[in-house]
Amino acid sequence: MTITDLRGLAASESCNRDSGAPVQARQKRTWRSYSVYLGLALIFIYCLAPFYWMIVSSLRRTADIFDNTLLPAPFSLENYAKVFDGSTMFGQALLNSLIVAGVTTVAALVLGIFTAYAISRLNFRFKSVILGVIIATSMFPGISVVVPLLRFFTDLGWINTYQAMIIPNLSFAIPLAVWNLTTFMKQLPFDLEEAAMIDGCTKWQAFRKVLLPLAAPGVFTTAILTFIHSWNEFIIALSMINDPAIQTATVAISKFTGATEFQAPFGEQMAAGVIVTVPLVIMVLVFQRRIVEGLTAGAGK
Amino acid sequence: MSTASVPRTAAGPPRRQGRGRGTGRDTGAGAGATAGRTPGEGRMAALLLSPTLLVLALVIAYPLISAIHQSLYRAQSGLDADGYVTEGEAFVGLANYVDLFAGESGRRFLNAFGNTTFFTVTTVLLETLLGVALALAMNRAFKGRSFLRASILVPWAVPTAVSGLLWRWIFQSDGIANSLLGSEILWTAEGTASKLAVIIAEVWKTAPFIGLLVLAGLQIIPEEVYEAAKIDGAGWWRQLGSITLPLVKPTLLVAVLFRMLDALRMFDLPFVLIGPGKESVETLSMLAWDESNQLRYGSASAFAVILFLYVAAVAIVFVKVLGADVTGARQLGAKRRERQAQRIQKAGAAA
Repeated sequence: MTITDLRGLAASESCNRDSGAPVQARQKRTWRSYSVYLGLALIFIYCLAPFYWMIVSSLRRTADIFDNTLLPAPFSLENYAKVFDGSTMFGQALLNSLIVAGVTTVAALVLGIFTAYAISRLNFRFKSVILGVIIATSMFPGISVVVPLLRFFTDLGWINTYQAMIIPNLSFAIPLAVWNLTTFMKQLPFDLEEAAMIDGCTKWQAFRKVLLPLAAPGVFTTAILTFIHSWNEFIIALSMINDPAIQTATVAISKFTGATEFQAPFGEQMAAGVIVTVPLVIMVLVFQRRIVEGLTAGAGK
Repeated sequence: MSTASVPRTAAGPPRRQGRGRGTGRDTGAGAGATAGRTPGEGRMAALLLSPTLLVLALVIAYPLISAIHQSLYRAQSGLDADGYVTEGEAFVGLANYVDLFAGESGRRFLNAFGNTTFFTVTTVLLETLLGVALALAMNRAFKGRSFLRASILVPWAVPTAVSGLLWRWIFQSDGIANSLLGSEILWTAEGTASKLAVIIAEVWKTAPFIGLLVLAGLQIIPEEVYEAAKIDGAGWWRQLGSITLPLVKPTLLVAVLFRMLDALRMFDLPFVLIGPGKESVETLSMLAWDESNQLRYGSASAFAVILFLYVAAVAIVFVKVLGADVTGARQLGAKRRERQAQRIQKAGAAA
């Protein structure tokens, strides 16, 4: 971000310098800044309007779900009450999502840290081939994992178990973790570990006491990204699970059918959607800088 | 679970190796887990990498081989010589693949193939244009940039299944989209409108992602380059064409590649937004899923293999022809050479 800050500084400086410039130039500048702000407002609306609509709709009563007012006329938590009234097992689904995404994240991080350490710190043959293969697996289509594993897990009797979701989830979680962690560890200077080892640390101690604390922010970022990806996973959970007691939240809300068969329960669906999304949005707001760093890791080389 | 045992097994060897540190030259990644006397970096690397490679073998290599194998068989039921009903799988060679181009199932496959390609091309094109525009606008903003960045992350963070539901609600026949447009379009039924609905929802969710990546690329372009261009009298468009885009190209190429690979396997959004088995939005992933749901594993596997080959072909074209540097392998090599040179220097100084 330093470049940004510097550039911001430079811009404000140039503004000050221009304050004595002719009126025409200043007018041009204000027009330009207006158009920039207009553009930014449009981006803002574009990104948030659909999400806002979900929240507003979730807060309407079933009777006025088709209202198009910008605020819910009588504010109501009716939909939220219905989501959790027990018949939908939505609370259980949230818990399942938490378990599956949590275990996937921890497993991917542990494997990812060791792999990233090997790739960024050790000298061995076929290094770029191995990294290439691991990255390449991330583009493997989900369905090509699901179809054969569905059969395999059926034979094992693993249908409707957590591991039937967690293990296939690793197919996208591991490449994600390895890629992010490798990028982070490559950026950390090797000198500190070298110094620690000269001072008598073993390689393992240097890893644990020097590298790991330094890489902690990267590990954390990777954890957030992996968790969000696993939380949002759909096709694996949809295929491996048919018992409502064990399905994840994303699958549960896609199967939401209300008491009436004729009208899809949009209010409830929106309320459930808000509940599934809000933890992620909070994470995004709190850790946005880290998430952006993680997403753009490697992109800004 | 494996999670618990992994750190311990992987933590052991490095400790043992501490004594022999620094002497390691390449002993090859192939050195197995057999305990040896000459510890080397290669052996340590093999130990550290093996859990990951093992899991990937289970969740990637096995499914791939299994899918190819399965695609050569077909479930059949018939009567055996004694008149009993037999159910089993018969080897049918490439029949599942031949069927892709003939008859009713062939028509469905070609339709799904066409939809997949159509969605990939249109969504990635729109996302890229919109994403670059977003990034350029955000790069101009100094105030409120972090606020904008947070809002731009919201569509990215919304689970695809939830965004499918959300847009299904927006595109409801008496929903907000129709009332804003003053139209009465049946967005979520079969037809062109449903294709459009999928494209709009997909672009909404993913253009910000491209925007973020491109923004990161923009921020590392030194301001001096633009200053110099301005002095030379280059206008905004000229700067965009001659400086910004060429310098962002490597970033953009990787972003577009990832988006394309993601779009090729599109499943959640059409599945939730429009529904399974709808001809106008059925993608290859949805078709394969449907087939395996009907327990027709043979043809499902054939579809999965075709999709994999399609994805791989696109990836190879990007990496080989357009030169997308996905792994940062070139950088890695450069860094290693640099480090080696440093070591040689140090050794020379010591001697």
